[in-house]
Amino acid sequence: MSGLISVRDLRVSFGDREVVRGVDIAVAPGETLALVGESGSGKSVTARALLGLTGPGAAVTASQLDIDGRDLRAASEREWRGVRGSRVGLVSQDALVSLDPLRPIGREIADTLRIHTRLSPSARTERVLEVLREVGMPDPEVRIAQRAGELSGGQRQRALIASALALRPPLLVADEPTTALDVTVQARILDLLGSVTANGTGLVLISHDLAVVARVADRIAVMSDGRIVETGTVDEVLGAARAQQTRRLIAAIPSGRPRGSRLRPVDAAGVIETRPRPTAERTVREETDPTSPILDVRGVSKAYPRRGTEPLVAVDDVSLSIRPGETLGLVGESGSGKSTLARIALALTAPDRGEVVVDGESWSTLRESKRRARRHLMGAIYQDALSSFDPRLTTGQILADALLVAGVRDGGGRRARELLDSVGLPSAVLARRPARLSGGQRQRVSIARALATSPRLLLCDEPVSALDVGVQATVLDLLDDLQREHGLALLFISHDLGVVRHMSDRIAVMHAGRLVETGDAEAVFAAPQHPYTQLLLEATPTLPQSGR
Amino acid sequence: MTDLSFRAAEQQAPVVDEQRADDRASGRGAGSRRRFRIGAGEALAGAYLIAAVVAAVAPGLLSPVDPLAISPSQAFSPPSLADPAVTLLGTDESGRSILSRIIHGAGPSLLIGASATAIGLLLGAALGLFAGLSGRVVDFAVNRLLEVLFALPGLLLALFLIVIVGPGVVTTTLAVGLSTAPGYARIIRGQVLAIRRSGYIEAATVLGVSPVRRLIRHMLPNTAGPLLALGTLGLGQAIVWASALSYLGLGAVPPSPEWGAMLAAGRIYLTTAWWMSVMPGLAIVLTAMSATALGRGVQRRVRAL
Repeated sequence: MSGLISVRDLRVSFGDREVVRGVDIAVAPGETLALVGESGSGKSVTARALLGLTGPGAAVTASQLDIDGRDLRAASEREWRGVRGSRVGLVSQDALVSLDPLRPIGREIADTLRIHTRLSPSARTERVLEVLREVGMPDPEVRIAQRAGELSGGQRQRALIASALALRPPLLVADEPTTALDVTVQARILDLLGSVTANGTGLVLISHDLAVVARVADRIAVMSDGRIVETGTVDEVLGAARAQQTRRLIAAIPSGRPRGSRLRPVDAAGVIETRPRPTAERTVREETDPTSPILDVRGVSKAYPRRGTEPLVAVDDVSLSIRPGETLGLVGESGSGKSTLARIALALTAPDRGEVVVDGESWSTLRESKRRARRHLMGAIYQDALSSFDPRLTTGQILADALLVAGVRDGGGRRARELLDSVGLPSAVLARRPARLSGGQRQRVSIARALATSPRLLLCDEPVSALDVGVQATVLDLLDDLQREHGLALLFISHDLGVVRHMSDRIAVMHAGRLVETGDAEAVFAAPQHPYTQLLLEATPTLPQSGR
Repeated sequence: MTDLSFRAAEQQAPVVDEQRADDRASGRGAGSRRRFRIGAGEALAGAYLIAAVVAAVAPGLLSPVDPLAISPSQAFSPPSLADPAVTLLGTDESGRSILSRIIHGAGPSLLIGASATAIGLLLGAALGLFAGLSGRVVDFAVNRLLEVLFALPGLLLALFLIVIVGPGVVTTTLAVGLSTAPGYARIIRGQVLAIRRSGYIEAATVLGVSPVRRLIRHMLPNTAGPLLALGTLGLGQAIVWASALSYLGLGAVPPSPEWGAMLAAGRIYLTTAWWMSVMPGLAIVLTAMSATALGRGVQRRVRAL
């Protein structure tokens, strides 16, 4: 096989645990291979093995490991250093971590040139500018002297791609290159990666999201449990998935899935039940008046003073309301003000103007000591569940504390076990600290804690954006179940339009502090009125219709 | 609704990436078990401190002879094995056993060090908590006060107090405690501010937990861990400072066997009988080192929790 990479029977183990168990990979010039799988499937370790970056604790073996015509099976660290950068470039997930915050990005990019070539400093600068232009960096002459902190997320990712491309390596490995980015930025970075391969560069793209890779990949290899379970062209894999793991990955993608349909198989046989359950099945609490809103945000504004310039208007005259038992999806990109709005709704930040009313009574204007008695009405879960737990406490103590607020003395831990059960966690979790749980389990614990006070409204601030699609699907299904069971209203905040569409009855779109569009979820998606909503919708990765 | 399949979905896989992230987040896993094992240095430091504490509590158990017993014929004996009970670490100008005096001096020295540290920590904690929990005005005022105290060298502050109150063991202890308090206060204030802004305090607020309970349940316990570590680290420093004051003749008074006072007493014979100063000096240095080594160990383990 003649190609950029040809790897046969690659195995990587840490101690006695084998995490990559016999993987074959081949990439031809100009080809994009997507390695897709849930976290723990071994895809990142496989990609790192292609760069000799598996770390000191790993044992890597292969019957063939050729990269750009060189056999690297027994390569020393020194030989790998010659390969990295010049033959294989790496684009990692978090550009803010990967770039030195104290150095201008131009110097950062020039590093590879300095190490691998004999170019003069001025020639290096020339090349850096050239490659910055190639990756579509706006104003490269200005950016070259700026530090990572002065660039936007998309620009940082472009700088990182530029540093990987500086030596024109024939192969690029991109590990979740767009996971941390807003959808519109993600779309542009994906386009950029697509154009890089046009001149013959091979690309290995690692992602947990099939919808993302469908856009740029030529071939897809689905990994599960250290093996490639399915491989083929995009149409083959998405159109006629053979492996069960692939079908699960496809089913887990929420975008375009009707409201109420499950993202995860219900029965043990793994048959994916995609029939939406009618909304009318949902429980409505008797004591509630379904017409009066549980949360009413009235003309709220909030500005933060800035030194030297005029104040930053984070939220600008926003009004919205949520009726009992319904889900309002709030979408917006980072910096759109949706998190500030969430803090105002939770009365953690006081609005400059306007008022928040909860269940028909004043909320934002109350003194905190008065409001505390009504706080049980509103629960919240956050993006970073771990930091919302006291690191000293076990899950059991955390739930007991929350129950105490609700006035329940939970001596034997019976209520705590019930709460865990309702979020699908075994009671063994009670004795463990959240730091020892997986990301999905942590989010379930935080949901259980929020349910302890029997809230009427659950505010979810980016609850699944730190989770990969598989875990995301189970958490979204759980939220939907809980809403049906308890008649919960949800304020679901996310930058991911696909997730919001799947979860919401109504949708509100925020842009630069203003609410630019609100309406019935399906109506907004079918015929978006505001140009910004149209832009967002266009940028959201979806599977081709054949994949359905 | 408890549906087994999605539980299985999260548990089935050997969740490599996520598990490793968890390990990093919590500082655990294989590497941390190693961190909880006691190293050789820590074992030595611990053994030394235990011996020092035994000497402080029951000096008669360890010391072979009376620390005040005068034996003019054996004055200025260098360290030797001739009469080990008396001369192992040498004798002083009156022929008293330095070894016995060091053992009997452990009590006053450690007591001064420990009480001074406790005073410093309590004062510092009170001030730090007060600043961290109050509004901006109080915090500003406390901070300026701390800056003024920082500008004065700690020893000078202690001397100042002694000038006002008069020398003695109690004054020395108070003085050392007072002069270490600003350092503790500043560290505790930072810790309190960080916890106040943390996600779990916010989550507790949203849940409707009262401020008093937030303080008792979250703020205090999370401040206490680092406080304990700081205390063990500070013990060594306090002993050195107390000895320094005694050396200046402002603390314990001879002939009572206190390490700093012994150090001072040997100073005029330094050229002829070096052991009179060096031996108690070694005791001070070893105690401070051991306390610091253990303090670091405690600090590291507290952080990993």
